[in-house]
Amino acid sequence: MAKQVEEKQDVVIRFAGDSGDGMQLTGDRFTSATAILGNDLATLPDFPAEIRAPAGTVNGVSAFQIHFASEHITTPGDHPNVLVAMNPAALKAELGSVEKGGTVIVNEDAFTQHNLEKAGYARNPLDDATLDGYQVYRVPMTSMTVRAVEELGLARKEAERAKNMFALGLASWMYGRPVDITLDWLERKFGDKPQIFDANAAAFKAGYNFGETTEVFAHSYRVKPAPAEPGTYRNISGATALAWGLVAASERSGLPLFYASYPITPASELLHELSRLKNFGVRTLQAEDEIAAANIALGASFAGHLGVTGTSGPGMDLKAETLGLAVMLELPMVIVDVQRAGPSTGMPTKTEQTDLLLAMFGRHGESPMPVLAARSPSHCFDVATEACRIAVKYRTPVILLSDTFLANSSEPWLIPDIASLPEIDPGFATGPNAGTEYLPYLRDGNLARPWAIPGTPGLRHQIGGLEKDETGSISYDPHNHERMVAMRAAKVEKIADDIPPLEVDDPGGDLLVLGWGSSYGMILAAARRVRERGRKVATAHMCHLNPFPKNTGEVLRAYEQVLIPEMNTGQLALLVRAKYLVDAKTYSKVQGVPIFAEELEQAILEVIRS
Amino acid sequence: MSDVESGHAGRTEGVGTLTKKDFTSEREVRWCPGCGDYAILATVQSFMPELGISPDDTVFVSGIGCSGRFTYYMDTYGVHGIHGRAPALATGIATARPDLNVWVVTGDGDALSIGGNHIIHALRRNVNIKILMFNNQIYGLTKGQYSPTSEEGKITKSTPFGSLDHPFNPIALALGAEATFVARSIDNDRQHLTQVLRQAAAHRGAAFVEIYQNCIVFNDGAFDLLREKAQGVHNQIRLAHGKPIIFDEGKQCISVGDNGRLVITDVESTPPERIIVHDVHGRPSLAFALAHTSPWPTEPTCIGVFREVERPVYGEAMKHQIEAATDRLGKGNLERLLHSGDTWTID
Repeated sequence: MAKQVEEKQDVVIRFAGDSGDGMQLTGDRFTSATAILGNDLATLPDFPAEIRAPAGTVNGVSAFQIHFASEHITTPGDHPNVLVAMNPAALKAELGSVEKGGTVIVNEDAFTQHNLEKAGYARNPLDDATLDGYQVYRVPMTSMTVRAVEELGLARKEAERAKNMFALGLASWMYGRPVDITLDWLERKFGDKPQIFDANAAAFKAGYNFGETTEVFAHSYRVKPAPAEPGTYRNISGATALAWGLVAASERSGLPLFYASYPITPASELLHELSRLKNFGVRTLQAEDEIAAANIALGASFAGHLGVTGTSGPGMDLKAETLGLAVMLELPMVIVDVQRAGPSTGMPTKTEQTDLLLAMFGRHGESPMPVLAARSPSHCFDVATEACRIAVKYRTPVILLSDTFLANSSEPWLIPDIASLPEIDPGFATGPNAGTEYLPYLRDGNLARPWAIPGTPGLRHQIGGLEKDETGSISYDPHNHERMVAMRAAKVEKIADDIPPLEVDDPGGDLLVLGWGSSYGMILAAARRVRERGRKVATAHMCHLNPFPKNTGEVLRAYEQVLIPEMNTGQLALLVRAKYLVDAKTYSKVQGVPIFAEELEQAILEVIRS
Repeated sequence: MSDVESGHAGRTEGVGTLTKKDFTSEREVRWCPGCGDYAILATVQSFMPELGISPDDTVFVSGIGCSGRFTYYMDTYGVHGIHGRAPALATGIATARPDLNVWVVTGDGDALSIGGNHIIHALRRNVNIKILMFNNQIYGLTKGQYSPTSEEGKITKSTPFGSLDHPFNPIALALGAEATFVARSIDNDRQHLTQVLRQAAAHRGAAFVEIYQNCIVFNDGAFDLLREKAQGVHNQIRLAHGKPIIFDEGKQCISVGDNGRLVITDVESTPPERIIVHDVHGRPSLAFALAHTSPWPTEPTCIGVFREVERPVYGEAMKHQIEAATDRLGKGNLERLLHSGDTWTID
């Protein structure tokens, strides 16, 4: 009997299991198949800091959430409609976030006395009232996987390991995801290990067929492709997009990319991705520490490369000294801060937007630097090229803020035409700029100084961290220092002439919701919900945080109320209040997880009502 | 272009005859009168033309401290960085541009205290940089606190009751960091310093040169035993590859003692086969033992090249890796990269 197919507009699935269960991979493969179907999507991986936390415990749960839809969506979803829980700990950790009446699919085999105890369940939640009100499917995934692969002669442990593919197969059937995409991928991944390939393929098919043939599931679901601009798309994570954006800037400028970094969660992905791209002329150097990484990148810039260093908050603290030097040397350099929950070691794998003020002010002396922030995974590509453009054009270090959420999550991306990317002209100095002399701090119309790289005949010069005059000579003259402080500030301020104005999406109303960074998607989703209720709310999102777009004050003052949702205690609000004397309110969430559209919707409605 | 085989990077052809003047900036030199830095500067400026490398292809990088100003006095490309970080800055420069002739000037506080981590890693990577570490056993620029090379018990402003710190032995430290070239010289011995600089410049990779430098204001006389001619004759142990280590006008030598340790003995009473023949390319243990035979300049002390061995040079190795990757994978194509993996097209 053919099963019924029900149409859905959007679905949120959360795959959860032990950190060793391969949930990230399961989610990733489900995402690929979903992307190719043409659904819009957004993902949120959520894993513990420990590589292998004690197996079976709530602390060791690793989860991957995907939101996919037949319409444009902007967040990974607040509450999963479906939870796939591979063990009791996953059920315990994740059940609370599942929507009321949602679907829970559990690996029944994992609900042993031992595992229940490890998860902290006194009684089996499958047998008491814990799951009342949910639609529960008890699927013996482990034993069915073992049966599906038994002919392959694998050890039981090995066989069990393929159970994530069973779960993927079942989910693929439920939502009509194409099978061949996953099988092709398995072939590519395990082509040279036929036994492993066979086991994973068999488990995947078994999961799929289980859905199709058993009476357990009455329905499967279809989610139609979302309307999208014509073009070629791919799915991309923020970490990859950022790395590729840097490579693109290197190509567009002709400057070799030199990336120096010290391993740190969650920025290491950048180092890993760029290290693979040696054939693009990318030099990567894993430095002895964060300070060295910054200095090595800066040295590379002095030598005529595109020097970039990347880190997360704790590393930013250490790099501050070098950033000050870069401000003084006035050399192009990009510093990527993939923000994570702080202070100190904080919560390394959890997201936060708490480094904005650090980026703005976290150096001694008057040391202004341009600051940019990416708003979505694919936007990391654009911001990376923009950061490089500004750095090169204005001979300045630029801080690029990403965060854990952006780095790890992914979305479909309309692959840009290379020719449409900004052209970046290194504009190296080739001759004297003052008669027969070369003055390293004589500025152009942008207040940028010339960049003469070693090896250029006749342009030898010495620069350093000490205050100096136009010639580069050390100067302790009080008025010269004040002039230089003003000049460096004016140079950064002048970049405002060269960036797009702050755009406002305004259907009318008295309230503007202003955001920056990764809260973009949540703000859009919340505003949409508010508007669907017939209320009016305007939104604007900042990419350039220093300098602000020139029309920022005008935009802010056009509204009676300004609400700034941030994953901090009000950092952007502090800046705009100080700069524009606007009574901006903060919606703050500092929990290491993104703001939910639902909670923000309520917050917006409250402000509108007040 | 660069003559990497000999360790010299930078253009030599078409440079013409260079003189000291070509490496001397017009800036007024502002160290304390009588500072050992003057002598080192003059020796370096006089030596550089000998390499025949264009000053346009030469970069001096320095950190913080009195030695940091060196950069401003050389008419080459120069960066005066921040405290302790010069080896890291220079690593970026030399790795990005193996065609440049890169020198680092640093001091004992800069290199061994705040920059300790950078110097050991630059040495183990064998970055093609020549590090001149001016050791005056004191913090001069901050006005006289003890340094990581000051002797135990040192009375300074920050240690009025005497320093409790055991000092670093810079040569032993560099050897321990797997340095491929380690040497020591003295600020006022122009001939010896020039010879050491020559060997350092010719070395492929990182060279570590400790230069005993007299701080006339805060630690005057620290190296008198070696610097003053009358005493130096007896106390300088001049190392020369392949030669027996004999000093003090032939009267004393370094020999193998009864327990296998190196000791200073009278030549007369030492069986010739026990006298150490210096070998810069040999086992690191010899160089290490020599570094410890006379650990402090308060007794007869070794100067010259302790060790010189070959190892792949970092910047070149990175260049080769990029070339090999490009050969194997083809020159990177951005369009193809962006379209790699699963894509889908909407018409």
